[in-house]
Amino acid sequence: MNGRAYRVTKIGAEIAVPLAILLAWQLWTAHAQSQFFPRLSTILVEFRDLWLFAQFGEHVVPSLERVALGFGIAVVAGIALGIPIGLSRNLRLWAMPHIEWWRAVPPPALLPISIVLLHSIENRQKIAFIAFFCVFPVLLNTIDGVRGIDPTLIETARAYGIPRRERIWRLVLPAASPQIAAGMRTSLSLAVITMVLAEYFSSTNGVGYVLLISKNTYQMAPMWAAIVLIGLLGYLANVLFLIAERRLLAWHRGWRAAEPL
Amino acid sequence: MDHTSDIALRRDAAATAAGPLEAPEERDRRRGRLGPAVVFVLSIASALVVWELVSRAGLIAERDLPAMTTTVQKLWELMQTHEFWVALAQTVRGWALGLGVAILLAVPIGIVLGSNDLLASAFRVPIEFLRPIPSAALIPLLFLTLGTTLRSEVFLAAFGAFWPLLVQTMYGVRDVDPVAVDTARAFHIPRLSRLYRITLPGAVPYIATGIRIASTVALILAFTAELFMGLPGLGAQVNYAQSYGLHEELYAYALATGFLGLAIHLLSTGFERRALRWHPSQRLGKV
Repeated sequence: MNGRAYRVTKIGAEIAVPLAILLAWQLWTAHAQSQFFPRLSTILVEFRDLWLFAQFGEHVVPSLERVALGFGIAVVAGIALGIPIGLSRNLRLWAMPHIEWWRAVPPPALLPISIVLLHSIENRQKIAFIAFFCVFPVLLNTIDGVRGIDPTLIETARAYGIPRRERIWRLVLPAASPQIAAGMRTSLSLAVITMVLAEYFSSTNGVGYVLLISKNTYQMAPMWAAIVLIGLLGYLANVLFLIAERRLLAWHRGWRAAEPL
Repeated sequence: MDHTSDIALRRDAAATAAGPLEAPEERDRRRGRLGPAVVFVLSIASALVVWELVSRAGLIAERDLPAMTTTVQKLWELMQTHEFWVALAQTVRGWALGLGVAILLAVPIGIVLGSNDLLASAFRVPIEFLRPIPSAALIPLLFLTLGTTLRSEVFLAAFGAFWPLLVQTMYGVRDVDPVAVDTARAFHIPRLSRLYRITLPGAVPYIATGIRIASTVALILAFTAELFMGLPGLGAQVNYAQSYGLHEELYAYALATGFLGLAIHLLSTGFERRALRWHPSQRLGKV
């Protein structure tokens, strides 16, 4: 097979296989008539009726708001804590046991505790819960990124008498940013997961709440519509993040490409 | 696959293998700072003291945050009961079965998809779409289909653990030294031996990292299944303690879950290190 035909086959397969899976799903569900697995067409109609855009404001917007705020707080806190910890060995020795511990704790174990501690099942508790667990990927990657900086660079900046603030803004932060971005990407998908967990556990609105209510009332179509929506949210968040990262870190990739390996 | 995550994964693997730069550490050591072990103990002790004081001084009401000593004492009491150990064993069982199923499925599928370009692009979209679906979203579905049984817990844990392991395996297979593969092919080494002698050993560092990530995910999801579906285990105990306002028990069980998480984390990190020991990247420093 020559190169061109191969490429065409590849692209064809990339399009055909997902379509085939969807078609198989539709045919199987139409044939099986299962109450738990509604037809694909039913799910899509339900998806349109619910989310485009009848209940978008009521349930999707609060969920997005929680993800955005939780993620935002986590990123700022993770970088702000990670840079000093990455730069100082003593701070690192002090902080690592705590970071390792909280990172190992399964997040849902803190879900009931967050409600008890914050006396809330509203946004305050949701955002705090999301932010708490999304900090760790950013924090750990910031620490690693800062530690990975060529010490010669820092020593040189210091030798030229560049003040600490400038050193951090112009050298440490940009040098660590590719790795910080990798941590942010992990955090973003974690934010969607923790949002669903928090809302499914206790809430009065949101996508997770729709899941909970449709389960309790045995309505399969809205439940599937919610699952599809959550999948889409996770996917879109990832795609948007990659686009933003590619733009913001374009300089980094150019530099890497020029670097002889 | 996208370029950036590939770099990130490579860097991750490289960082685990090569170890960070040690220069600033050595400088600190010359200046004669406190030893790491001392700082480690002091750091944990101070956090425990802060916990105790925050609760005792009433900064957070003792009902909402039982003091550290109260919680540890409660955990000690619970540890004398049969119930505690059964719950712990049930959670571990869900974790182990889920992780096992994920490994059995993800590694072979990852090898096939990783070594065949055409198949990889055929399944790229479904994988990229299914991977970010939070497994938690499947809980209500499992609740109604498989019911509140061990099968639901294992399914959830396996589903969550499957994706990171699959992606790691695919990257690993693709990262195998092409010269080694071509050489083996030139020597007419049969496909199966090539798999055992070149592809698999070459992909092991990635698979080991994948298993480490997957084992954490599997525990989270086993616990989640118990918490949300009332399946027996630590999750159900936490749920029960919260429902009845038994806050001391709630904290004690959460603490136990944290220790289990830490144990599994240390176990899988140790396993990863062992699996990587023979790898050239580990030996590089000693040449």
